[in-house]
Amino acid sequence: MNTKVEIAGVELKNPVMTASGTFGSGAEYSEFMDLSLLGAVVTKGVANVPWPGNSTPRIAETCGGMLNAIGLQNPGMEVFCRRDIPFLKQYDTKIVVNVCGKTPEDYCQVVERLAQEPVDLLEINISCPNVKEGGIAFGQNPKSAEAITAAVKRVARQPVIMKLSPNVTDITEMARAVEAGGADAVSLINTITGMKIDVNRRTFALANRTGGLSGPAIKPVAVRMVYQVANAVKLPIIGMGGIATAEDALEFILAGATAVSVGTANFRNPCAGAEIAAGIEAYMKEQKVEDIRELIGAVK
Amino acid sequence: MKKTKRLCTILSQEQIGTGIFSMWLEAGEIAAEAAPGQFVSLYSADESRLLPRPISICEIDGERKALRLVYRVAGKGTREFSGLQAGNTIQVLGPLGNGFPLQEAEGKRVFLMGGGIGIPPMLETAKRLSADKKLIVGYRDERFLEAELSHAGELHVATEDGSFGVKGNVLDVIRQEGLSADVIFACGPTPMLRAIKAYAQEQGIPCWISMEERMACGIGACLACVCQSKEVDSHSQVHNKRICKDGPVFLASEVEL
Repeated sequence: MNTKVEIAGVELKNPVMTASGTFGSGAEYSEFMDLSLLGAVVTKGVANVPWPGNSTPRIAETCGGMLNAIGLQNPGMEVFCRRDIPFLKQYDTKIVVNVCGKTPEDYCQVVERLAQEPVDLLEINISCPNVKEGGIAFGQNPKSAEAITAAVKRVARQPVIMKLSPNVTDITEMARAVEAGGADAVSLINTITGMKIDVNRRTFALANRTGGLSGPAIKPVAVRMVYQVANAVKLPIIGMGGIATAEDALEFILAGATAVSVGTANFRNPCAGAEIAAGIEAYMKEQKVEDIRELIGAVK
Repeated sequence: MKKTKRLCTILSQEQIGTGIFSMWLEAGEIAAEAAPGQFVSLYSADESRLLPRPISICEIDGERKALRLVYRVAGKGTREFSGLQAGNTIQVLGPLGNGFPLQEAEGKRVFLMGGGIGIPPMLETAKRLSADKKLIVGYRDERFLEAELSHAGELHVATEDGSFGVKGNVLDVIRQEGLSADVIFACGPTPMLRAIKAYAQEQGIPCWISMEERMACGIGACLACVCQSKEVDSHSQVHNKRICKDGPVFLASEVEL
C-alpha cells in the first residue's frame, strides 16, 4: 500500500501535514506524539525580525469553530533558524516553513535566509487576516499575488507553496494568479474573517475586533474551494480548513488535494495529525485502495 | 513533568456556592505529577465546543491519584462539567504550566492570597508548604472553601460587601490587621494582582502571581494566552510570555499587568 504523495518534487511519507500557526515548530506537540508520523510539519509564520503580535484576548470559541487574531507573533528568522530547524531535523518528517512579511522585501529576505537551511518547502502566507500590513493585502488582489509569487520565486531555493485566502470573491482567480507567478503549489484555505461580540460586556470578544475563523465550522467552504481550485489550475493543492478526522482529510483529497493540513484539531487533540494519518491508512485497507494517489480528485 | 491526556472518572461533584462547583477526579499519572499552582485542561464532550477549558488544581490526593477542581460556571463548557456526576468520564490534559515555587517560601513568613475563583489553587499550595502561612482571601459576598482553608493555615477573610471579615479586599486585610510577610503567592483577578504587585514592590518582598488569559492549546504552541514581560523573553524574542507554558505563575516583577 502506498501512502506517499509528492508536492513539487518533495516526497511526503503520508499526506498529513500540520497547519501553520497551530503547531508552533512542533516542540510542544513532540511531548505527545512522534513527529515522524507526520508527512510534514508546517511551522508557524516566520518574519525577518521578531513580531510581537496583537493584544489579548487573541482567541474566542464559536460554535464548531474558533476565532483567532494572534497577529503572527514570531521570534524572527535568526532564532528560528538557530533553534527550530535543528529541532525539527531530529525527526523523519519534511519541514515546511511558513513565511510572513509586511513588504515584498521582507518576504524575500526570509526566503533568502532559508535558502541555506535544510528546509524542504516554503509556504508563503499572503492570506493572514489579522495583520494590518502585508498578509492578506497580497492575497486579495490577483496582480499583487502574482507579483509577490514571482518575487519570491526569483530568490527561493526551495519549492514555493502560496497560501490562499478564502476572503475573496473568486479563489480560482487567485490560484491562477499565483500559478502565473510561478508558484509550485497552493495551500488553502486560510481562515475566514469573522467577529464575535460579548453581549454582556458589549465589547468585541477579540482585542483585534475581527479574527480568523477556523475549525469544523469552515470545512464545507474549504472543501468547495479546494474542488474549485483543483479544476482551475495544474498545481498540487494542500487542502485545509476544519479537518479533525481521517474522513475529513479524505474529503479534501477526493476534492483534489494532494496533501492536507490539520490545524485547529490539534488544540482539541494534540495527537490529531498522527491519528488522522493512521485513519487514512485504515480507510485505504478497508476500501482496498493500493495507492493514495488514486484518491486525489477522485470524487465522482 | 510529564503531561498526559487521558479519560478521567469523576469521583464526586458538589455545588459549594452560587455557580461554584467542586469536582474530584480520578486522574492517575496527572495527579501523580501535579504540583500546586498548576492547571489542567478539561475537554467538552460536545465537539462543537472545540477548545479545552483551563482549570486550576485545588487539591491533589497522591494516594487516590485524584485531583480536586473548584471552578465557576462561566459558560456552556463549565455548565456541562458541572452536570457530571460520580462515575461519568471526561478528557483531561495535564498537569500544565508551572506552579508556585514552594522552595522560595519554605520556613518563611508567607502570604497566600486569593481572590474569588483564584482562591482554590491557594489551598493545595498552603497544604504543601511548611512555613508561617497567612491565608488571605477575598470574596465578593458568598464564601466557599473556608473550612479547608482554615485547616491549612491562619485564615484572614475580606468580603466586598462587609458581610464577613474585613470589608474590602485582601490588601485592606493586610493594612487593617497590620500583617507582614517575607514572600507572597497570589492568584485572582488582574486588578487584585496589580495591587498586590505594587504592595510587594513597596515592601521590597518577592511576590509570585498566577495569571489568566483565554487559551487555545494550553501547551505553549498557539500563542493565544500571552502576557507582557518586562524583558525580552528568550522563547518569543519579544516582550511576551506564554501564560500556559511559561506561567501561569510568574515572579510579579517579571510581568507587566
